[in-house]
Order: sequence, then C-alpha cells, then structure tokens
Amino acid sequence: MHASSTTAPGFRPLAIVFALFVLFLYGPMITIFVLSFQGLEGGLTFPLRGLSLHWFYKLAEGLGTVDIGAAFRRSLALGVVVMLCTVVLSVLAGLAFRKKLSGGNTLFFVTVASLIMPSIIVSLGIGLQFRLIDSGIKWALTAMDATDLLENYGTSLGLFTSALGAHLTWTLPFGLLIMFAVFNRFNPAYEEAARDLGATPWQTFRHVVLPLIGPSVVGIGMFGFTLSWDEIARTSQAIGDVNTLPLELQGLTSTVTTPSIYALGTVTTVVSLLVMALALGLVRLLGRRKGST
Amino acid sequence: MSTSTAAIAAESSPTPTVKAWWQAGPFAAVFVVFFLVPLALVLMVSTWGFNEYELIPGFTLNNYLSLFEGCGSLTDNGDLCVTLSTYISTFKFALIVWLVTLVLGFAVAYFLAFHVQSPTWQTALFVLCTVPFWTSNVIRMISWVPLLGRNGLVNQSLMGLGLTDHPVEWLLFSDFSVVLAFVHLYTMFMIVPIFNSMMRIDRRLLEAASDAGASGWQTLWNVVVPLSRTGILIGSIFIITIVMGDFVTIGVMGGQQIASIGKVIQVQTSYLQFPLAAANAMILLAIVLMIIWGLTRLVDIRKEL
Repeated sequence: MHASSTTAPGFRPLAIVFALFVLFLYGPMITIFVLSFQGLEGGLTFPLRGLSLHWFYKLAEGLGTVDIGAAFRRSLALGVVVMLCTVVLSVLAGLAFRKKLSGGNTLFFVTVASLIMPSIIVSLGIGLQFRLIDSGIKWALTAMDATDLLENYGTSLGLFTSALGAHLTWTLPFGLLIMFAVFNRFNPAYEEAARDLGATPWQTFRHVVLPLIGPSVVGIGMFGFTLSWDEIARTSQAIGDVNTLPLELQGLTSTVTTPSIYALGTVTTVVSLLVMALALGLVRLLGRRKGST
Repeated sequence: MSTSTAAIAAESSPTPTVKAWWQAGPFAAVFVVFFLVPLALVLMVSTWGFNEYELIPGFTLNNYLSLFEGCGSLTDNGDLCVTLSTYISTFKFALIVWLVTLVLGFAVAYFLAFHVQSPTWQTALFVLCTVPFWTSNVIRMISWVPLLGRNGLVNQSLMGLGLTDHPVEWLLFSDFSVVLAFVHLYTMFMIVPIFNSMMRIDRRLLEAASDAGASGWQTLWNVVVPLSRTGILIGSIFIITIVMGDFVTIGVMGGQQIASIGKVIQVQTSYLQFPLAAANAMILLAIVLMIIWGLTRLVDIRKEL
C-alpha cells in the first residue's frame, strides 16, 4: 500500500522547501516576540539591549492619543458577539441546507460571493448604507420637529451595528462552508434511529446531531472570533468614530517608533493563540465525553 | 404518545422548504442587509452627483468619466493616466503574487499530501501551516520591519559578510516587500484547497502511471496537476480577489507610497467622495467578476467540498 516510502524521489528537496516555508511563516513573528522584550535602551531592530517588560508597561499606559485598553475591550466584545452569531446562524443554515431549500443555490452563491468579494467594496457599501440611514433619520427628525433628539443624534455607524454586519459577511461564509463539509460526511442513520425511537426534532438535534458535530461547531466559533479579532479591511469604512484594536494597530504602524508596537503585536497574537488553544481543548473534551459514553 | 404528536405536527406543519427557510432565514437576512443592499447602494450612488457637503441624488455617468479623464492619450511625460497606471500596477501585483503562491502552495501541499505518510504528522504539519492564518495580518506585516529595515537583520548580515557596504534600500517599503508580505500572508489560501484536492486523488492512479512507465514529472503533470485542478482554481480565485482589492498590505508594506485600486477607493471614501469611490468600486467589481467567471467556467466549487 505504502508504495512511495519517505525516500521517494523528490522527498528531500520538497522537505527542504517545506522547512524553509515554515521558517518563512514563523521566523518574522518570532522576531517581534523577542524584540517586544527589548531593553530600555533598545530600538526597533536587533541587537537586543537587555531584556525587560518596559514596552509592555508603556503599552498599558497608552500609545500617544490611542487608548489601547479601550480598543482591546471593544475588539474583545465584538469578537465574542461575532463568534456567537456565527455559530448560531451557520449551524441553523447548515441544517436548512440539508432539507429541501428552494432558492438554496442562490443563497449559497451569495454567500460565496461575499467571501471572495474584495473587502473594500463591502466596507464602502456598508459605510454608505449607514450614512444614508443617518441622513434619513435626521430628515425624519427634522420633519417631526424633534429638535432635542436631532441635536443628540450622532450616527448609526457603530461597533454593534455596521461593524458587526461587516464582520458577519466575512465569518459566516466560513461557517457555512464548514457546515457543508460536516454534513457531507454525516450519516443520517443516527437521526432516523432517534426519530424511530420517538425523539422530537429538537431532542434529535440536541442529543444526537449536536454531540456529533460538536467539534466542528467549536471550530466555527474559533473562526468567528479570530477572524473578527484581526479584521481590518471590511471594518475600515464601516465603523464610525470608534476603532477596533487592529485598526488602531494599523494606524500606529506609521507613527509609533518604539518596541511598544511589538509588545502590542505580542499581546494580540497571544489572544489569538489562547482562543485557538481553548478551542482545541474544548474539542478534546467533547471527544473524550463522546468516547466515555 | 410522542410518535403521535410528531405525526400530527408533521401533518399540520407547513411545507418542508418553508420550515427550512425559518432556519436559513437569519443567515440569509444578514447577507441581504449587509451585503446585497450595500452593493446595490454602491451601484446607485456611483451615478449620483456630489459637492463638498453632500451627495446629490440623480443619474449621471460623470463619476465614471472623470475616473478616466485624460486616459485617451499619454501625458506630456509619456505616462498613462493615473487610473490606468493604478490598474496596471494592481494587475502586476496580482499576477506576480498569484504565480509565486501557486508554485509555493502547490509544492507545500504536494509534500504534505504525498510525502508525509503518517496521518498524525500530516495533520500536525497542516495545522502548523494554517495557524498564522488566525493571527493578525498587520502584526505579520510589521514583523518584517526588524528583518528588512535599513538597520534590519538582513542588511546587518549582508554588510557583515561584506557583500555590500551600504544598506540595501529596496528591501522594505517597496514592491518587493509588498509581494513578500502577500506571499507570507496568503499562501495558505492556495495550500488548503490544493491539499484538499490532492487528498482525494486515488493513490492507485499514481502507481498505475508509474507502472505504465511514466516518469515522476510526467505523473505530476499528467495525473496530479489535472486532478488538483479544483483546488488550484479555488486558491487562484482567493488570491486574485484578495490582491485586486487590497489596500492594507500595499499601504503598510509600501510605506503608503504605492497606489492600488483599493487604496484609491479608501482615500476617496475618507474625503467623503462617495460617488467617485463607488464608481471605482463598480469597475473593480466588474473586473474581478470577469476573472472569476473565466475561472469558474472550469469548475463547480460546490461539488468539490
């Protein structure tokens, strides 16, 4: 069966290409992890002049006019909301696609279109949409002569309106594609057995389908959070006055000239890695529970 | 008892497709509100007028015309007009990045699919390639600064080795660093679909090819490449659409000095010139759709998941 052993022709050069590729992927990131612990005297490049947490303290104090802590909390909150929406909506849609869904092809086409649509166009569209909504509301308030309301009205653009929508256009396609991959390999005999034993549709889903697809659902959650946590392109024109952490970070790349920016990079990457580790742990836990019962 | 209630429920319940739409409804609603309507608005506003203070509803093609103003002839310096040269520059990046990621992604996927035998190692190495995808793009871009900058590691090494006596300037904030960052960030989009296609190839076909006397290269070109076609096309669509619409990578890695279509749209938006930005966006969309249309004629994505 294993006719081509590890000494098959081409193994050695390809192994070297692969090793170089992994080095290429991780090398730069490791560099900035190391440089974020740069000593007080050190700069943006090597050599390291001692080791310290100085730049992390500087980061906590805020960089210039940017309140990093607030941006961090905003991105975290948005990421969690995006994650929950992505999981619930994708699983529901995944279930719907297993039934007879007239117009399902169109919905699938739109979903894929959203995934590959250049982000700047989506972002521009959503920004435009909410500005037009603003104009509409202001016009209505003027027409109703509600001066107080009009004066206090800011904008409908925001973290949990336009930015949430923008993120979902990016995370939901991944969620649906994962659900497709899951259900393409799903054996419907389990559900039929549950139904034959008299389970309601909800009981079948809760006690049969969900435990079986659990690990993939955790995966969708992880996609939802990490993609939202690092999103820039779709958020950029669709956020209004406040900024998410990656947007602040992008702005800081041209203004901050101290290793604090590496410290910020280390912090955001650690959050991403933690979420991945959590997801992996949860998948393991689910797998063990399934094995023990 | 529960069987009888289920039976009653099934009788009185609406048709299956209506029930299914209750489940798909929220998902579909998101795309209607945050994708289809915004796109329609971009199309609509691209034909509106505007002044410094407000958008003026109406129908005009002036926005499209003004983008290509002066493009009928070369400028006095013999250059193309700004819009055309921006498009050509963006195409150039898309083509170079596509070629590099295709070759690199194919090689990596081929190694994982055909040379790594143990499934555990295969999964582990595959995950190793995809982890950076879930971390911040901006971080991954600025992580090149300590390596490629004037005083960066590469220049220090080159000067230490005596290969050059002054720092090489084109390493950072140049076309080179933009391409490098694109390859760094997005080769994953090639590896995953190509790997997925390769894992479906029946290994006996490769044995059959070698039994029939095909050389390694012949097997690769006549068996593996055609059977990986779907993955190659999906990866290509991702890469081309990402690079064509990009403004973040070109902005950060080009030192905000290199033009791209996405960047033009972003700048016009920040000056609140929405109709111009919208007209640009529609042209970009048309180009991207034409490329995708050309590619998808060769493949049915949904069948291959």
